[in-house]
Amino acid sequence: MTLKPFNSIGIGVAFSPNLKANLFEAARLAVFFKAKLFLIHVGETSADKTKMLGVILKKFEKDHLDFEVVFQKGKPVEVILAVAASKRIDLLVLGAAQRERWVTYYMGSIARKITRKAQCAILLLIKPSVERVPCTHIVVNGLESPKTQHAISTAYYVGTRLNATTITIVDEIKEETVTTQVDDDKSLRRANIFKERISIKENKRIKTIIEAIPEAYTQNITVKLQPVFGVRGYSIGHYAQIARADLLVMNAPKAMTFWDRLFPHDIEHILSELPTDVLILQ
Amino acid sequence: MSPKATKIAVFIKALPKNIFSGFVVSLIALPLGLGLAMASDAPPIAGIIAAVVGGVVVAVLGGSHVTIAGPGNGLVGVLLVAITTLGIESAFAAIVCSGVLMLLLGFFRMGKLANFFPSSAIQGMLAAIGLIILGKQFHIMFAHRIQREETLAYLYEIPFTINDALHYDDRGLIYAMCAGLLSLAIMLFYPKLRNKYLQLIPAPMWIVILSIGFSYYFEVVLHEANPIDKAYMISGVPSFQTIIADLHWPNFTKVGQLSFWTSVFSITLIASIETLLSIKAVDKLDPKKRRSNVNRDLKALGLATIGSGFIGGLNVVTVIARSSVNVNNGATNRSSNFFHAFFLIIFVVLFSTQLTRIPLPALMAILVYTGYKLAAPEVIKKIGSIGKEQLVIFFVTLFMTLKVGLITGILAGVLATLLVHVFLNKNAGLFFRNVLKPNVLMFQEDGHQDFYVSVKHFCSFLNYYKLKEKLDAIPEDQDVIVDFSLCRFVDHTVMENIYNYQELFKKRGGHFGVVGLDQLDTASKHPFALRRLLRVPNLIKKSLTRRQTALEGLAEDYGLAYIPKKLKDITFLNQFQFFEMKHINHIYNRLMYKSDAIALFDIEFYEGEFIAKEVIRSTMLHIKLNETIPEFSLDKEGFLEKVYALAGAKDITIKNHTDFSNRFYLLGDNTQQIKRFFNDKITRFFESNPYYHVASNGGALLVFRKERLASVKEIKALFDFGKRLKEVVETP
Repeated sequence: MTLKPFNSIGIGVAFSPNLKANLFEAARLAVFFKAKLFLIHVGETSADKTKMLGVILKKFEKDHLDFEVVFQKGKPVEVILAVAASKRIDLLVLGAAQRERWVTYYMGSIARKITRKAQCAILLLIKPSVERVPCTHIVVNGLESPKTQHAISTAYYVGTRLNATTITIVDEIKEETVTTQVDDDKSLRRANIFKERISIKENKRIKTIIEAIPEAYTQNITVKLQPVFGVRGYSIGHYAQIARADLLVMNAPKAMTFWDRLFPHDIEHILSELPTDVLILQ
Repeated sequence: MSPKATKIAVFIKALPKNIFSGFVVSLIALPLGLGLAMASDAPPIAGIIAAVVGGVVVAVLGGSHVTIAGPGNGLVGVLLVAITTLGIESAFAAIVCSGVLMLLLGFFRMGKLANFFPSSAIQGMLAAIGLIILGKQFHIMFAHRIQREETLAYLYEIPFTINDALHYDDRGLIYAMCAGLLSLAIMLFYPKLRNKYLQLIPAPMWIVILSIGFSYYFEVVLHEANPIDKAYMISGVPSFQTIIADLHWPNFTKVGQLSFWTSVFSITLIASIETLLSIKAVDKLDPKKRRSNVNRDLKALGLATIGSGFIGGLNVVTVIARSSVNVNNGATNRSSNFFHAFFLIIFVVLFSTQLTRIPLPALMAILVYTGYKLAAPEVIKKIGSIGKEQLVIFFVTLFMTLKVGLITGILAGVLATLLVHVFLNKNAGLFFRNVLKPNVLMFQEDGHQDFYVSVKHFCSFLNYYKLKEKLDAIPEDQDVIVDFSLCRFVDHTVMENIYNYQELFKKRGGHFGVVGLDQLDTASKHPFALRRLLRVPNLIKKSLTRRQTALEGLAEDYGLAYIPKKLKDITFLNQFQFFEMKHINHIYNRLMYKSDAIALFDIEFYEGEFIAKEVIRSTMLHIKLNETIPEFSLDKEGFLEKVYALAGAKDITIKNHTDFSNRFYLLGDNTQQIKRFFNDKITRFFESNPYYHVASNGGALLVFRKERLASVKEIKALFDFGKRLKEVVETP
């Protein structure tokens, strides 16, 4: 089994001061993943703009970067989604400057809409930079969910391609699962034993997932398991921030069940706070 | 033995101690119960009923270990309002309803609600309650009963009352006033007297005993009537039979009125706040380091309040002063609460007529002192030292409580705090955007035992409960690091609570570290005195006192290092049993020999809380030993120790040393090892040297004599004793 989740990468292009940084990040990813890069521009077809983008991406010629500029008119969210679908894009890159608060919110809202509707993975960059900042530590969720297997193996794939050294699998365990309420010493002891038991069980589950991943992807990366008792979707962001992770890999919300009505709320937390770069997988 | 049988054996073994401490507590509960009830305009017996019902119910059903339940100080203000507006019978109905509310609070695990109040606002509210108590009772203490509409009017009139009192010509009034002032003097000076026989009876009971004695003196010796005006004697302490006979049932006809429910809510609010604050304080004193089940306690107190209200008693809450007396007298479990109730019944059954011999001013002096303690200038000074903005919150709450009422007062305090926070940060969004976020993350790293807690955005009274929930899930003997570096604002309420956690963890052998605050202070530039609470104050006095100069000279003579600076980190003393129920403020004037093999220092510590608090300064010697020895404590044997022996503490006798065994009172758990340790040489050393109190914690010895500072000459003697003791213990 070989993993290759990302064959094509898309990025929305707006001629903003961050353009070069965003493009460079996306291009580097395309090179690392050996994927084709689609530059999606909302607006009329223009040869000038295509040329300009070509100039910016000249640096990647030696790396055999394969890219294509797509022009389409319409509302940004719809255009990006439509192109992503028609070009069968696997990974959409969105730049979000963390510094400027309103941009974060704005990006948060665009990203939220896209995340809800998109059929592909989304990568949110908080600090796009022209120079490469090495990605050494990846945090990935280990929730008990059918999608987790995919999230963890993708994290390993990304980690291997980007030469990350550590992957921390954060297992967010809902506090409600600990049925013992802490009242006094006795119940505290019981609750802690209970938590320990859950942690051991969860760790075992995650270890079987890791074992299923080809060794080529796991051999150079140290893995850490971190059970966290807290609110799902929020605690992991908090953890990634404390652990100074470079990338946070998350499952996207499953569509159409009652729980998922609640889940977007949690991803909203992540989006409004963007602790690190976030990769949301379908 | 089966675990259950062991438990029963332990319980029975601890019983004498608990009976004894229950007895001492009942001595303070009797006058307080009478006084608190009279101050709330209820019949005096209502306070005793509350204490008795509380003692029995909470002892059986409660979830804390060494607390005492009874009528609370804080409730005087609200009960007074309830009784004056609703009438006594409807007030009892309100008490029953507040009991039901408390029961519900317990069932819905709402014990955490009390965390939503900023601590300066609570301080302001308590101070207001103190002023309400003080304002009203001050006049009665001066035998000058007045009726005013407003709480503040009572305070304005204090000077006039004093002026009037100076011009009394009625003999009855003068005697009544003297009884009041004398009692106040007893309350004020009692903590300063360190005589163990005098201290055996709490100050309020001395007042009762002295005033009953005074009355008998006139009756039996002088054959005169009691000179104190009849109007200023306690009236209406019914005999036990009449109490049972005229139980008046609460009157529920006013349940439809708004004022009824306002009373119910304010009573419940104060009752639960007072209870939760008291439990928190008492947990820190518990020698067995147990954690109280707050919600269970709330349930038990609610039930007790319902019962008490139905038979004409006041609210039952957990009370701090009586609980601390309970701990100090060796209570180990809830049975002492039961025995306190039991002895109260005995007092009422046997002495109810004697109780009418107590002059009202004497009783009210106890309450004046209580009120003063709640609103003392030290309280304001302490809050002021934390920050000026805390004073604003404090005074807003204080003033609104006095002027309008309790609920308005505390709400005003909450609002003021919120505004102050927004103003200081110049940012309201920080609070509104993040208040609902689950901003606290706690985890244990894989394979590590220590807990790491990180707090994001801001941490103030608004979301402190989230932090508290996590911190409460950590056993206190573990290591914790709380990281505020992702926080932009931490308020005083949180800092105070964090400080309390640090104390608790220190006492129970864990470690509670706080990081990320330094950066916070500089980053956000807000002038909150947050660090002030955690920092070790470096108060280097510029000029040394005469004693300090003498100590400096002594240090030079003996080749010791002398450090006058205060030291707050006193972990090395926490292992001594002596300090288990005491709280050490700091040590200072340290004299060190051979780095710190032998250290001599002045120490300031206190025992008891609130009105039963006694601050003690003493000089002690700490000897680090190179070998382990059994834990023990050695005291001079006197009358009191013989009494304690009756209560279950067993003196260890050393064979062939009758002189030693007679003169010294040796205590310890491991009898065999202690007997082996006290060999001929060590026993002779103690026999032939001046007496000191010596305590061992296994690796070090603590030596001291008096509960006061030692003179330079005494220090020399103590040092010499310590040096020789170290030699004797360490040479095989």
